[in-house]
Amino acid sequence: MSPQEHEGGSAAGQHADAHKVSHTRGGGPGGAFNVVGKARRRVDGRAKVTGQTRFADDLVLPRMLYMKLLRSPHPHARIVKIDASRALAHPSVKCVLTGKDVPIPYGILPVSQDEHALCLDKVRHVGDPVAAVVATTEDEAEAALALVDVEYELLDTIADPEDALSKPEPRIHDYGDDGNVHKRVAFEFGDVEAGLAASDRVFEDVLFFEGNTHLPIEQHATLAAVDENGRVVVYSSTQTPHYLHRALVKALGLPGARIRVIATPNGGGFGGKSDPFNHEVAAAKAALVTGRPVKVSLNREEVFYCHRGRHPVLMRFRTGVSHEGKLQAMSLETLLDGGAYGSYGVASTFYTGALQTVTYQVPRYAFRGCRTFTNKPACGPKRGHGTVQPRFGQEVQLDKIAVALGKDPADLRLMQLAQAGDLTANYLKLGTIGLRECIEKVVEGSGWRDKWQKLPYGKGVGLACSSYLCGAGLPIYWNDMPHSGVQLRLDRMGGVTCFCGATEIGQGSDDVLANMVAEVLGIDPADVQLVTGQTDVTPIDLGSYSSRVTMMAGNAAIQAAERARDLIAGPAAKKLGIPRDRVAFQDRRVFDVEDPSKGLTFEEAIVVAEAEHGTLGTVGSYKPPQSPAKFKGGGVGPSPTYSYSAAVVEVEVDPATGWIHVEKIWIAHDIGRALNPVLARGQVEGSVYMGLGEALYEESAFRRLPQKLSRANVHKFPSMLEYKSPTTLDMPEVVTYIVEDPDAQGPFGAKEVGQGPLLPIMPAVANAVFDAVGVRVDRCPITPEDVLRALDDKAKGGAGRVGPAAFPAIGWPEPLKVPPPWEGGDGTAVNQKPRRSRPAAAGK
Amino acid sequence: MMDMPPKELHTLRVNGEALEVAFWPHRTLLEVLREDAGLTGTKHGCELGECGACAVLVDGKPVLSCLQLAVECVGGQEVTTVEGLAQDNRLHPLQEAFADLGGSQCGYCTPGFLVTAKAFLDERPRPTREELKEALSGNLCRCTGYLQIFEAVEQAAERMAEAGRAEEQGR
Repeated sequence: MSPQEHEGGSAAGQHADAHKVSHTRGGGPGGAFNVVGKARRRVDGRAKVTGQTRFADDLVLPRMLYMKLLRSPHPHARIVKIDASRALAHPSVKCVLTGKDVPIPYGILPVSQDEHALCLDKVRHVGDPVAAVVATTEDEAEAALALVDVEYELLDTIADPEDALSKPEPRIHDYGDDGNVHKRVAFEFGDVEAGLAASDRVFEDVLFFEGNTHLPIEQHATLAAVDENGRVVVYSSTQTPHYLHRALVKALGLPGARIRVIATPNGGGFGGKSDPFNHEVAAAKAALVTGRPVKVSLNREEVFYCHRGRHPVLMRFRTGVSHEGKLQAMSLETLLDGGAYGSYGVASTFYTGALQTVTYQVPRYAFRGCRTFTNKPACGPKRGHGTVQPRFGQEVQLDKIAVALGKDPADLRLMQLAQAGDLTANYLKLGTIGLRECIEKVVEGSGWRDKWQKLPYGKGVGLACSSYLCGAGLPIYWNDMPHSGVQLRLDRMGGVTCFCGATEIGQGSDDVLANMVAEVLGIDPADVQLVTGQTDVTPIDLGSYSSRVTMMAGNAAIQAAERARDLIAGPAAKKLGIPRDRVAFQDRRVFDVEDPSKGLTFEEAIVVAEAEHGTLGTVGSYKPPQSPAKFKGGGVGPSPTYSYSAAVVEVEVDPATGWIHVEKIWIAHDIGRALNPVLARGQVEGSVYMGLGEALYEESAFRRLPQKLSRANVHKFPSMLEYKSPTTLDMPEVVTYIVEDPDAQGPFGAKEVGQGPLLPIMPAVANAVFDAVGVRVDRCPITPEDVLRALDDKAKGGAGRVGPAAFPAIGWPEPLKVPPPWEGGDGTAVNQKPRRSRPAAAGK
Repeated sequence: MMDMPPKELHTLRVNGEALEVAFWPHRTLLEVLREDAGLTGTKHGCELGECGACAVLVDGKPVLSCLQLAVECVGGQEVTTVEGLAQDNRLHPLQEAFADLGGSQCGYCTPGFLVTAKAFLDERPRPTREELKEALSGNLCRCTGYLQIFEAVEQAAERMAEAGRAEEQGR
């Protein structure tokens, strides 16, 4: 089922290009794989089990100082006065910074430069930092926070999107569409209202997905110093060292060449370490002021204030289907609670409407999205960025449609899957699609046909599917340069050093790089020395986000390694006295493909190559293909290709308590090709795990304190004890199927695996709860209280549903009208105003 | 308000060695190990006893080092951290299995899991899956979903039992 046309002509036995690699075949003779696909210890495995991996807070420098941030106790207030004199008088305090010391705003997106290292004139959420105290010990820095006197003038709190829509004043920011609305977007791909009118049935559903957070076990930490050459060096637990570098250039007002950012291995990221953070900028500034190394290590409560987690999203789907259940038209509206800052929010807003069309054929599609500012920690990108909430809504609604039409939900999906190579209504170009096989695997494995609507009351199964990007098609700031670069240095002692800006956050980016280089050069991944995530040493990689590293750094590594292979093949052929096209690479040897006994060791081959060419080094780079979407806003959603997943969840629901026990999960993921099956499975199971937490327990919810306590809008539970992450006892049995449908865009056919498998879990749980006890919980997480309320509603003759009642009036702008490809569209909007040549939407 | 008390010099027994360390009496074992003794293999995720990342062994029993004062451990107790698991550059079977079988992704919770699993296997060399889940239920991991961790501990248990049998036969 996979397109093999890109394999080129390196068929086995044809030695015409034995030293060449093609992208869906291996680097060994005849296209055999040397490393790819073999279960193997990850290259950084030893360091992780011996405690030798050096995370940011493990780093210590001589004369190091410690920084703590004084945070606002108010959700919304003007800063009237800050007096640090009492703190500065203390002998162990070396410096106190406030907003005026670092007044230049920054932010991850060019359109949302709305953050300051320390609040300048007002605070926008409980936990917003107003001062940084630097002292000789962490204890003293913490204690001295109490010596900084801040006078606030309280402002009304904008607590949620309903507040934001109804109260334009006080404005949280002085930019954005209007009042406290950050951004409204509207698109129409075909005449959706006509499509709905012509449908046999129209289903309307309003659902809510509560916010939640990443909860990496490692708390954010940064160590900044002025190095021996006067440069600022910033070691930080960041997923995006390049973007942090850019933010530091701006906020510190220094040339880029005077700043070095070193991303330490992240102790979990999940999107939560992708923004430039105030503590990073403040630590760098403090190092410049004091001339000494400054470390800041956040505590767990502070990590909850950094947030950038999943946006709470209210959504309304109106979907028209034929009698058979074929989708005719879909309209989606989303309302996002953005929190206090822009962060990735504009991109998140677009993403809530981007991927509805990539799993099933949707002939006409309309999307309207609105992000509001509220006085809470900023939301941003969490695993599945912006696509998770509407995927929940879409898959729950499909289940309702199937039940209403008397169709098996698996069949309803199978009859209208998107097809490989399709161009969707919103101009996303699809690659390979292993979704049919994914659905078939979980249906068969789970015994779905014998279980759905057939299990006794209280037990049920639910099915859902999903898809995700393999890297964002556009960078966050507009440029024409590669998204990822790799440099190789070949050592005459037999080692290969691989330099790449990619950031190891646990997902195995180092292992992917070593895998690619070793595959092409026929060496052991352990022979590849990795230097990653250092902006002064490594070529650019944009960061560990949007599931882009395997696709982009992987392809860049292959290109660099192929060039190295070319450099070696000629001199090796000469030395062996064979034609160059007979040179093969395998098992640390460079040899004659026709007589494998005739060959050189890899070291010997490098020696002859170095003797001929001089010092050996190569580079490779990768840039995603141009998207066919030419309309404004079309920059969010395109990707080189898409991964696919399907899941069946089996639950037992206790109707007396509402308790949901997840008994077993079957998940299939179309990864294109599993580069290291151990890691691939780990990513799938880890996604299932995180999805289960989102489905059942996790919420970043807020509450208003009583009037006598300032009515502050506070996080309900900024601690690990009360923010419930599933434990070993909560994790059910999981059956994982890796579906390999190689994609010509991917490195050796590989697609992403780090995010996609999370998406089907929440809707599959919701659908299973319905199958078990016949009630619909149209919100996530699905709690026992919700189940009981729905059961109660049903017992009283109601619909047996809990969830939001209505979607508010937003005041949508005139949509951009883009006719779909099958209506003669060319990817441009028919009503778009003339614009500059570059796309205005931010990528991510 | 914040005149620091003088540091006190104590002897801790860590990973089989006597360590002379000067520290403030209010410091936790976690802080003293990481910041005063330079043993940064032990991690912190909450400093409130909620995540298990800071687990170490005290006299062979798992202890959350963020909830234990270091001065409580200066009476000759044997403290074992992740740095003490490998012997003579030979990884412990648990370390081998975690590295090989995907038991460690970002690696941040790994030291806590490893020492907790070691204490458990020392008590219960061939556990059931249910017993294992119970023993590790105080350690949070956000990356793996635990299943590859369970498999790693079970493989290590098997290897340790095999090694034990081989030693018996060799005698």
